[in-house]
Amino acid sequence: MTGRTITRAQLSDAVYQEVGLSRNESADLVEAVLAEITTSLAAGDAVKISSFGSFYVREKGRRMGRNPKTGEEVPILPRRVLVFRPSHVLKGRISTSLVNQPRTET
Amino acid sequence: MVRSELIARLAERNPHLYQRDIERIVSTIFEEISAALAQGDRVELRGFGAFSVKRRTARVARNPRTGAAVAVADKHIPFFKSGKELRERLNVPASGGET
Repeated sequence: MTGRTITRAQLSDAVYQEVGLSRNESADLVEAVLAEITTSLAAGDAVKISSFGSFYVREKGRRMGRNPKTGEEVPILPRRVLVFRPSHVLKGRISTSLVNQPRTET
Repeated sequence: MVRSELIARLAERNPHLYQRDIERIVSTIFEEISAALAQGDRVELRGFGAFSVKRRTARVARNPRTGAAVAVADKHIPFFKSGKELRERLNVPASGGET
């Protein structure tokens, strides 16, 4: 268990190693992939990546909430939230490799 | 949008790249994220979101049909929390302007 955090830099580096584009272009392509996913979701269109998972947009209705500090009731306006549903392949891969490895929550 | 459509859109915007390379770029990205999670690592993509692994402790569940108790072992599940920018993009009206 390493407890590392992977960022764009490692993803670009992997693309650089794997595909052989320049480092700059590799970074741009990682960004482009994230941008395409974002654009699709912003348009309300789900993104499904086989053997990884799906990103869905869910519409939430208006409801009453409460300011926990003041106890005041405030309306929570209708909004759209993102839901990620991991594929069975990804879930299976993670649960088999992390079996019996207690880990503190992130 | 599914994987093949994502590849097609990227290909359209990057006519100088081979489709084969775009396919490899897309699979490399998702493979890196999956491999990191399988090691228990976290993947943080500012503005987009963060993937992490959460642990579900062992519990005794019930078969809803028969009522029989079933032991469920500890398990680890992937989790995604959307980033601030992505959340905001989801809630911007198409026209812009409004709050």
